[in-house]
Amino acid sequence: MDERVYFKNKVLPYLLLAPQIAITLVFFVWPAAQALFQSTLIEDPFGLSREFVGLENFSDVLSDPRYAKSVVTTAIFSVSVAGLALTTALFLAAKADRVLSGRLIYRTLLMWPYAVAPAVAGVLFLFIFSPRVGVLSFALEAVGVDWNYVLNGRQAMMLVIGASAWKQISYNFLFFVAGMQAMPRSLIEAAAIDGAGPTRRFWTIIFPLLTPVTFFLLVINVIFAFFETFGVIEAITQGGPAGATNILVYKVFSDGFVGLDLGGSAAQSVILMAIVITLTVLQFRYVEKKVSY
Amino acid sequence: MIEHNRRFAFVHHGILIVSIAIISFPIYVVIVASTLTLPDVLDAPMTLLPGRHFVANYITALTEGAILGGGGTPVWRLLLNSLIMAMGIAVGKIAISIISAYAIVFFRFPFRMFFFWLIFVTLMLPIEVRILPTFQIAATLGLLNSYTGLIVPVIASATATFFFRQFFLTIPNELVEAARVDGAGPIRFFVDIVLPLSKTNIAALFVILFIFGWNQFLWPLLITTDPDFDTIIIAINRMLRVVDDQVDWPVMMATTIMAMAVPAAVVVLMQRWFVRGLIEHEK
Repeated sequence: MDERVYFKNKVLPYLLLAPQIAITLVFFVWPAAQALFQSTLIEDPFGLSREFVGLENFSDVLSDPRYAKSVVTTAIFSVSVAGLALTTALFLAAKADRVLSGRLIYRTLLMWPYAVAPAVAGVLFLFIFSPRVGVLSFALEAVGVDWNYVLNGRQAMMLVIGASAWKQISYNFLFFVAGMQAMPRSLIEAAAIDGAGPTRRFWTIIFPLLTPVTFFLLVINVIFAFFETFGVIEAITQGGPAGATNILVYKVFSDGFVGLDLGGSAAQSVILMAIVITLTVLQFRYVEKKVSY
Repeated sequence: MIEHNRRFAFVHHGILIVSIAIISFPIYVVIVASTLTLPDVLDAPMTLLPGRHFVANYITALTEGAILGGGGTPVWRLLLNSLIMAMGIAVGKIAISIISAYAIVFFRFPFRMFFFWLIFVTLMLPIEVRILPTFQIAATLGLLNSYTGLIVPVIASATATFFFRQFFLTIPNELVEAARVDGAGPIRFFVDIVLPLSKTNIAALFVILFIFGWNQFLWPLLITTDPDFDTIIIAINRMLRVVDDQVDWPVMMATTIMAMAVPAAVVVLMQRWFVRGLIEHEK
């Protein structure tokens, strides 16, 4: 069955793999094992004594109302970021698909936010929505909104959602455009000849054909909202006010580094690992389907 | 044929242009702010027309930094740190991934699949889920406040390895046979055949990984405490922590623009490779 020819060398393949494997073991597998191990211990802050407590850290974390609140916050945040970034990008991609000229220019103009770091996206939004100097804060005040995200949890949430979704639109847009370009033109032309208008064609042909891309992007966007938005939160709200934007990833960081609760932070890490593993499996299942239309 | 109504085309262009204007608005405001003086910005709401201090603000940022009364790291140093880190990460990831993929595709050896899965595992362990223990290991190895510490722990890459693996699988097996008949060993084959064939793939991946490296946040935030090792992204974040009154907003906005300009230029100028890298890399 396997007719391929291979090089025969007993040592070389291991040498070629060595750097990657060494880094993986030292900086990925070992720390992950440590997190698993620490999640079963309670350690005093000075590291002088530690005690095996089984699953107590997990039950502590899971029964902590602040953790429950963070789970809800993360859910609202991720759904909003993914929903906003996906619908905006799909809308723009559909428009870009309908114009004959200037497609490349539009693509270029919509592409660059991809290059903006989440932390920097946070700074941009912080600056225009700052209660003190922000241009849009004054516009909001002018129309009667009492804008102060530093004190108002809902407004803080809207701001971090806006900044995160803003950054993710480019990515989604590029994938939607690529998906639309890969579609057989004949199908869309046939529908046009049969008298289906542009809106009808979009919902009955283009959108269903985009389903695999959309699912793939949905998973990627949720992963983005869960993990990569750390910079946005750190720049704008640091999880505040009063925990209103304290998403799970931010909480692991602040509990571990600021609060020095090692066991609790490790237990939270392990829970997050379970979430990433689930998302990665989902991502790979949909990747298979993404390429075949 | 698909109808193309001129009036509708006009509407679509209009919608696209307005959307792009909205999406670009934050950048526009920040660019304007970087051309004003501090009193202009504090005189809220600030003007939306560019001022005349563009050059002065960028020079102040590059040579002094944005903390009033000095004490900030000059931006040229931050840009240099970011460049070293981004290049190190992009080149490092490509180098170790291309040789791992080569080993996995062109050799058969015991535990091949085990190694393949071990590399795959890194996908499931982003830094965010192993923050503390990874920091402890870096501290034990003496990697805090060093370029090695900024670069090496992040260069393992499952996606880059898969990317090269997918490509290597498309290299016709006859080439390997021919090379072996001609007496070329695996290293010769890699250097003379595989590397030249991979050129465009390497370029595509480089763009994506350079941006990934440039935009690193959590890891550099943890392992650098010495401002001399701050990257530009980290420095901007530190500036936010300074009390409001001490930040020179226009200079800080100039710094922000410079932090974005490098990766944005890479994306726009290397567009062809970027789009290809993005779409292929994630498959």
